Amino acid sequence: MKKWIVLSLTIGFLLSGFVGVFAGAARDSISIVGSSTVYPFATVVAERFGKGTQFKTPKIESTGTGGGFKLFCAGVGVEHPDITNASRRMKQSEFEICGKNGVTEIVEVKIGYDGIVIANAKSAPLLKINRKELFLALAKEVPDPKGDQALIPNPYKMWKEINPELPGVKIEVLGPPPTSGTRDAFVELVMEEGANSFAWIKELAKRDAKKHKAIANGIREDGAYIEAGENDNLIVQKLAANKNAFGIFGFSFLDQNIDKIKGSMIESVAPTFENIASGKYSVSRPLYFYVKKAHVGVIPGIQEYAGEFSSEKAWGSNGYLIEKGLIPLPEDEKKVFGNAAKSMAVIKSLK
Amino acid sequence: MNNPQSMMDRKENPLKAIDIVRKGLGKRYRAERRFRRYGLFAISATLFFLFILFASIISNGYTALQQTYIRLDIFYDAEILNREALASADYEGLIKESLLKLFPEAQSREDKRVLFRLVSSGASFELRKRVLDHPEIIGRTESFWVLADDDVDMLMKGHIRRDIDESGGRFSGKPLEWMDRLKKEERIEKRFNRILFSQGDSREPELAGVWGAVMGSFLTLVITLVLSFPIGVAAAVYLEEFAPKNRWTDLIEININNLAAVPSIVFGLLGLAIFLNFFGLPRSAPIVGGLVLSLMTLPVIIIAARSALKSVPPSIREAALGVGASKMQMVTHHVIPLAIPGMLTGTIIGMARALGETAPLLMIGMVAFIVDIPTGFTDSATVLPVQIYLWADSPERAFVERTSAAVIVLLTFLVVMNATAVILRKRFERRW
Repeated sequence: MKKWIVLSLTIGFLLSGFVGVFAGAARDSISIVGSSTVYPFATVVAERFGKGTQFKTPKIESTGTGGGFKLFCAGVGVEHPDITNASRRMKQSEFEICGKNGVTEIVEVKIGYDGIVIANAKSAPLLKINRKELFLALAKEVPDPKGDQALIPNPYKMWKEINPELPGVKIEVLGPPPTSGTRDAFVELVMEEGANSFAWIKELAKRDAKKHKAIANGIREDGAYIEAGENDNLIVQKLAANKNAFGIFGFSFLDQNIDKIKGSMIESVAPTFENIASGKYSVSRPLYFYVKKAHVGVIPGIQEYAGEFSSEKAWGSNGYLIEKGLIPLPEDEKKVFGNAAKSMAVIKSLK
Repeated sequence: MNNPQSMMDRKENPLKAIDIVRKGLGKRYRAERRFRRYGLFAISATLFFLFILFASIISNGYTALQQTYIRLDIFYDAEILNREALASADYEGLIKESLLKLFPEAQSREDKRVLFRLVSSGASFELRKRVLDHPEIIGRTESFWVLADDDVDMLMKGHIRRDIDESGGRFSGKPLEWMDRLKKEERIEKRFNRILFSQGDSREPELAGVWGAVMGSFLTLVITLVLSFPIGVAAAVYLEEFAPKNRWTDLIEININNLAAVPSIVFGLLGLAIFLNFFGLPRSAPIVGGLVLSLMTLPVIIIAARSALKSVPPSIREAALGVGASKMQMVTHHVIPLAIPGMLTGTIIGMARALGETAPLLMIGMVAFIVDIPTGFTDSATVLPVQIYLWADSPERAFVERTSAAVIVLLTFLVVMNATAVILRKRFERRW
């Protein structure tokens, strides 16, 4: 007898669980996916939005920019996310995939910039470097210093072998792994630029784009560049412990740990808030979020969330996002994208 | 080859067995002592690493048990607190007013900005609650302890150094002076961090808590237990007591053993493909997390339950059958009650493993920023290890100690579960 009671209780429990599933099919909170770089900013907005309005707090997954677009473009309907964050602009190919799956109305909002910094311990000497030198220090293959248009495996062991003015310590750089958006941006903004400072490599881009890409994107694997995982806090701790090491990460980590580490000057511009905002500091990238317009009105609060994100108290020059390390947009861009967020203006194509 | 030789030796010099034993005795004793020493060394190395782990986590995390508060004299201005719209009044304004009254020298825009940053952005919500609960205080002045900002908290706990030069530190100049004055006037103190144990996640370290993750873990584990224990035990009983021994059952056994060794991320992929894409269950929900984790713990439970059943001596079964019990009566009345402690131990260990798992949950969207505390199986939720991972990755300094605090909470749960398993085994297990 007792056994039957147990059994029926168990089955009842399971059934109630599944009934709950169907009740939960209609979602009433916003679902956001995308870049881990935008995540710290989007979460602050979501939290304030949840506390300050009658809407539920949006749920945010940090899937990476590419993973975010994949989920976002999978279709229209409650099982698909409403918003995706990105640390680069949507690609034409992604736009087309979106369109193919019925996601035709997309609102694009640029929210600000993020700087990528190269930093070392506070007590170590300040590094002044340019992108060409960084390329020479970190590329897998570098142009032969003897002058031929040939590539040799990276021979540099010490910084001063690249330029006598650089410090006389071993090259040791902790940076993000290939899966990271920060790595993509670093490769694009530093390594490719550095490679293009050699005229013949720049020429190569026209003739053999594949080869050019291999040269510019190849990062050395002989121990000088250490893939330190996605955890930037860990890199900061390692830098504080090892004076000779450098680390590559987003500006917000430098901002939060300014008493432990300092940012290197690139092309004689220091990675400060002002320099990134004014565009003087060369290694910075735009951050975006994309809204699925078909979900506006179906999932409550999407438009209000976009409004909160683009409000002056969030992304304004004294806003709370700026406190968290976001570099604000210039006023004219702020106006354009602020309007897009308010009116839910759809992008036609990615010019 | 040299057999004849040795036989000759034995004849010439007859050694008794006892002599041979005596000769080798010293060597054997030494070997035994060495062997023991290896074992002792292994144990002490394990304990040493365990000690380092606990010491580092606890020394990093214990400061998170306290949180800094600042006492402000707040004037509940009847003009600001309009009775009709109490919920949406400007509580931040009240806090700013009282801060300015304390430090009238902060006049410039920049100074004010720095001054207002001493107090957490969550303080106005506490104040709102206070006023909504006690509307009679409007018009009076009251000293109220508000939550301090995470930077202030870190400085109070000594995690931010004061002696850094002016340009670099996150705190320099005026805010330091202000804090010293607050300290002198006994307006700043550390209290027990209740928020850490009662709130969900937050991007402001001083407002972040593990309770949302604890609830998420609980809901997920309930689903896991409810599914995997009955199914696991039923499978084990059938395989052990009823199934014929043939090639098919061998195949099933091999597969179950294999499943126990499959990396957990594979179960996550399976969950994504089947539960989310095929059945259309919601993302990030404990029900899906529980389903995936029960796939993972099922083989563990089946294997443990089978070995518990195996350890019940056949004489029990024969005796039961001998007095006329049916096979089912034998199993349900005699074998299962005797095997249940072993099954429970296996289940608890399987559950403890499920509690510490993040990889499969990544695929089904449970690695997410979720503020609201989940209350049902389909609410969005995250779990404790995921919370630890997310905090470890946050830039704010104050999350370092909170990460360790969350690890302590997780370890506590694991220790309790494993201790329960040991106690169950000690109390109920019968040796034959």
